[in-house]
Order: sequence, then structure tokens, then C-alpha cells
Amino acid sequence: MHNVNASRAANAFAPLTASAVLVNAVGLHARPSVKLTQCAKGFAAKIEFALAPDGPWTDAKSPVKVMRVKAPQGATLHFRVAGPDGKAALAAVLALVHDGFGEA
Amino acid sequence: MAEIHLIGRAASPGLAIGPVTMLTAAVARRTASDDPAQEAAALRAAIEGARAEIAEQIKTIQGDVADILEFQVAMLEDDALAVEAYEVISVGITADHAWRLALDVEIEGYRAAEDEYFRARAADIVDIRDRVLAHLSGVDTVARITGGSIVAADDITPSAFLAADWSHGGAVALAGGSPSSHVAMLARARGAPMVVGLGPLSWNGQPPALALVDGDAGTVIFDPEPETRRQFEQRMAAANAAQAAVEAGHVAPAYTADGRQIAVLLNVTAPEDLAGLDPAICDGIGLVRTEFLFEASRGLPDEETQYAIYRRILEWAEGRPVTIRTLDAGGDKPIAGLTVDGESNPFLGLRGIRLSLVRPEIFRVQLRALARAAVHGVLKVMLPMIAIPSELDRAGAMLDEEVAALRAKGIACARPSLGIMIEVPAAALCAEDFGAAFYSIGSNDLTQYTMAAARDIGAVADLNDAGHPAVLALIARTVEAARKRGVEVSLCGDAAADIRLTTALLATGLTSLSVAPVTVARLKAAIAKVGS
Repeated sequence: MHNVNASRAANAFAPLTASAVLVNAVGLHARPSVKLTQCAKGFAAKIEFALAPDGPWTDAKSPVKVMRVKAPQGATLHFRVAGPDGKAALAAVLALVHDGFGEA
Repeated sequence: MAEIHLIGRAASPGLAIGPVTMLTAAVARRTASDDPAQEAAALRAAIEGARAEIAEQIKTIQGDVADILEFQVAMLEDDALAVEAYEVISVGITADHAWRLALDVEIEGYRAAEDEYFRARAADIVDIRDRVLAHLSGVDTVARITGGSIVAADDITPSAFLAADWSHGGAVALAGGSPSSHVAMLARARGAPMVVGLGPLSWNGQPPALALVDGDAGTVIFDPEPETRRQFEQRMAAANAAQAAVEAGHVAPAYTADGRQIAVLLNVTAPEDLAGLDPAICDGIGLVRTEFLFEASRGLPDEETQYAIYRRILEWAEGRPVTIRTLDAGGDKPIAGLTVDGESNPFLGLRGIRLSLVRPEIFRVQLRALARAAVHGVLKVMLPMIAIPSELDRAGAMLDEEVAALRAKGIACARPSLGIMIEVPAAALCAEDFGAAFYSIGSNDLTQYTMAAARDIGAVADLNDAGHPAVLALIARTVEAARKRGVEVSLCGDAAADIRLTTALLATGLTSLSVAPVTVARLKAAIAKVGS
């Protein structure tokens, strides 16, 4: 039930999109992936990203799936966020990417 | 038996010699159930067991190693990792087989990556796979490595590496692997030499007994001939002696050839500069820049934040004197919301102490934090860009007021000695007129103001010469003023680290130089040659 409600709530919000370039030296590897998913899990919103503006979309809360993308340095991450705290979530993940995950 | 030379890639520096331990995958047996529900439950329990085991290990370690293990925890906590395994379990495959199938696909995905960093993650997934398999079978499959041995394997997992004691030598020689792997990071952190990419390790008959690992060149010699071994041992002895000499020179106080003791102090840009440093390498800290505290992204730091950082630095110094410079914003160091934009010549504008005096509400916070930190060591506070005595006097009055206010509230504090940076020629020429507790010569700005040439303008960079007689004369004059007034003087600009200038600087009478930590050993070596 909980999941159904969550997705219904998410659907009630139009998705927000934005993109950012990966600036840290080694792309979205282990440490940045963990940081991204930890950040994403702090929000109720559904947070996805892709290497192209039209997908395929990856759940930013799953470290296994984030790592499978193997996004290299210089890649553009397109984010798609939907949920009640979507605006804050998008700002947070973008800040993390801009900041090179604190290891640029 | 002839010795075997293999060439790979250096992954962690150093030389090692030792008996060979071959790592082979341990085979664990378990009795599977016919019931898919029981198998799924067994896998769930094994994943949770592996996760809990790593989480327990993390508590005992820090830094890079903890980051590596946290990555494994994050992967194990993610249901996406085992989705495929549960699917095949539901159609009757055993838990261990299902887990192996699913993880091997994942591992293959990493091995096929174009990017070396992602390829190197394959070893982490192998580690995750084997940890969970160990929990499924209920036996410890992590191979135990005897301390001091040369581990030869196709690859090695972080768990296997961490399970060994590397404090008494030993090294790693891998057929596969990568310098970007987490294990390579661990090896560098633990000082264990490591060579990767040696290619297939196959022997005719007996596996090798002894190996020489050269983690600098990226080579390994198995079963060396006696002469090869003797030469290698000579190289190891020479490398150890050189290392010991560098470390000893680092820690000993600096003397010139004619016997003058010179204090060597550290310049610190951020507290992280001190991480892992032995305070015994220096006679104190000659300059802590505080601009890092005011970086735009963090906003203006409050008193508690500043106090905590100043205190940490004083405690690191273990009673050695620490000179902290108050905020030196402006010039080439703009700070949003604080410095003035659009000055026609920022280097001659509102910067350093001038800015602090017009923004007392910010300056007083720093003075309070410094006075509170002063009870934790020997603190000296230095004011930047002082040109005339009244600037020092006004700052000193503010410091007195803040110390009195803290005492009135019963907050522990002490009044640090207040000195000035000598970087404006006017201050150097009239140094005697200042009631400063000490002088610290900032040779970068003193040079550019004396020569009227900026360091960052290439066309005039030649003129920006700290060794010019005019600059040296101003330094000598400051040293003389300090002698007359009976106060200390040191030099903390880049000139202190320029060993071509060491003789000239010491000729002015200076007996104290402050440099970045990486320069300490080189400067001490240069000082030892002065006067010979």
C-alpha cells in the first residue's frame, strides 16, 4: 500500500528536469555513486537520471543501478525529479554534481 | 630451476622479498534445500550477514579504507543487486548458484567497461560475491595470508588484503588487477609494494618458493638466483638507508654549517595540511592563513567553528608556538559579501587589516575565537597589511575589549601576543615605531610593493625578485628593529622556500623561516650548507 500511495503522490507532481556535467576526475564511480544515492534517499521524490535527455532513466537511489551506468568524467547527467520535495531534491543532487562530489 | 622474470604495472611503490603464498579460491560446500522459499531466505540472511560483518569492520578503521567498505555496504543494502538471484531461485535454482550467476553477470559488466576505474570495481563485486557465499556456506572462505609473504594471485579482494598483517613486510603480485583498484589504494595506504598485470602465473611443476617484488619498476622475480637476490637485497638496504636519512633530517633541528640554529616553521593553508604530519619536523607554525574559513560556499564562519579549528591546530602543535593570521581578504583574495568589488587597484585598496577595521563585527568574532583558543597552546596573532602604528593599536584595543568581555562572562580565554606582518615597505622602514609583540615578514607582498611589479603579470615578473638588494635591505632593517626592541622576527613568504635565497636571507640576520610542510626537508638541507 505504501508504495502505491507514494507513486500516486509522485504522479501528482509534474517532473522537474535539469542537467549537470560530471566534473570529478573519475566520473560516477564508487564513492560518488554512494554519495549520490545517499543524497537522493534523503528525499521522498522519485529521482532519476540519464546520460541522454530522453533516457533511459536510472533510479538515483540505487547504488547498484547508478554504478551500472558507468558515467565517465565529462558526461552530462540529466535529472528527472517528481515529488512533493522535488525542487529541493533537484537542487541537492545538482549541487553535489557541480561540487564534484566534494572530491574534484 | 631458472628464475622467472615477470613485468607488470607498478601499483604501490617499494621493494619486498619474501616467501610466496598462492591465493586460490576456497571451495565451500553447502547443503541446499529443495524449497525455493527456504533458499531465498538463506540468501537474504547471508546478504544481511555479510553487510553486518562489513559494517562491524568499518567501525575499526577510517579514511580511504572505510570508504571502500562503505561502498560494499551500500551495494549489499540495495535490493537491486539480488533481484536476478531471487528470480532464478524462484524457479528452483539453489541460493549459492543463483547468487553466483547474478553476481558474475554484474562482475562481467564491470570487466567489460572502457574506463579503468570501472573495470577496477570488478574486484569489489568479487569480494561482495565471495563474502555472501561464505555466509551462505557458513564457513570462512577468506584466505588467510601469513604476514611478510608475497601474495601471488589472479586478483585479490579488499577483504583478503585487509585480513593480512602488512606491518612486517610482504607484497602483492597479481596476474590481473589494476593500479586503480581499491586493493591498490589499500596497499599504498599500508605501504605494501604491489605489482599488477603480470599475466598468467603458471609454473611447471612446483609453485615458486620465494619472490622479489619491485613496486617502483613494476617487476617481479620468482625463485631468484642467489646473485639476483643479493643485488636486490643491496638495493633494499640502500633504499631503507636513504629513507631513514630523509626522515632523520626532517625531524632534527636545523643548523647552518657554522653552527647557527635556524627555526623552521610551517605555513598552513587549511587544517588538512597537518594531517599525518609529525609536529617534531618543525619548531612551530609560522603562518596559519584563515581565508579558507571564509570560502563563499560556507558563508562567514561563526565563533564556535573558528574556535574549534584554531584549537585543533594548537593541539596539533603540542606546545610549539602557532602564529595565526587574521583574515587577509581583498587584493587577490576576494570574499563574497565582504570585500569591495570594482576597486581600481585592489592591491592598494581595502584589504587585510584595513578591511577588518571597517568591518569590526566580523573581525571581533575572529578575535574572540582566537582568545578562546589561546588557552590551548602558545598562540600568536598576526595582523596582515599593517602600514601605520594606529592600525595595530586599534586592533589591540578591540582584542583587549573582547578578552575583557569573555572574562566577564566567565569564558576561558587568554590574550594572545599581537604582532604584525611586514609587507608594506612603510612598515618595514619604520618597524621600530610599532608596539608589536613580533614581526613576520610577508616577502610576497613586500617584494611586489617594493618593486612595483606583480607576480602574476608575466611581462613584469622578472622585476618581482625577492632577492633584489632593496627587498633584502628592508628585511635586514626589520630584523634590526626586532633586535633593538627584543622581539622575534620570522619570514613566511615564498622566498623562505626558495633555497637559492637561503644564504642571502640568513645573511640579513634572520633566524626563523616558515614554509609549506613539503618544503621542510629541502629547506633544512639548504640551511645545513649555509656558511660552509
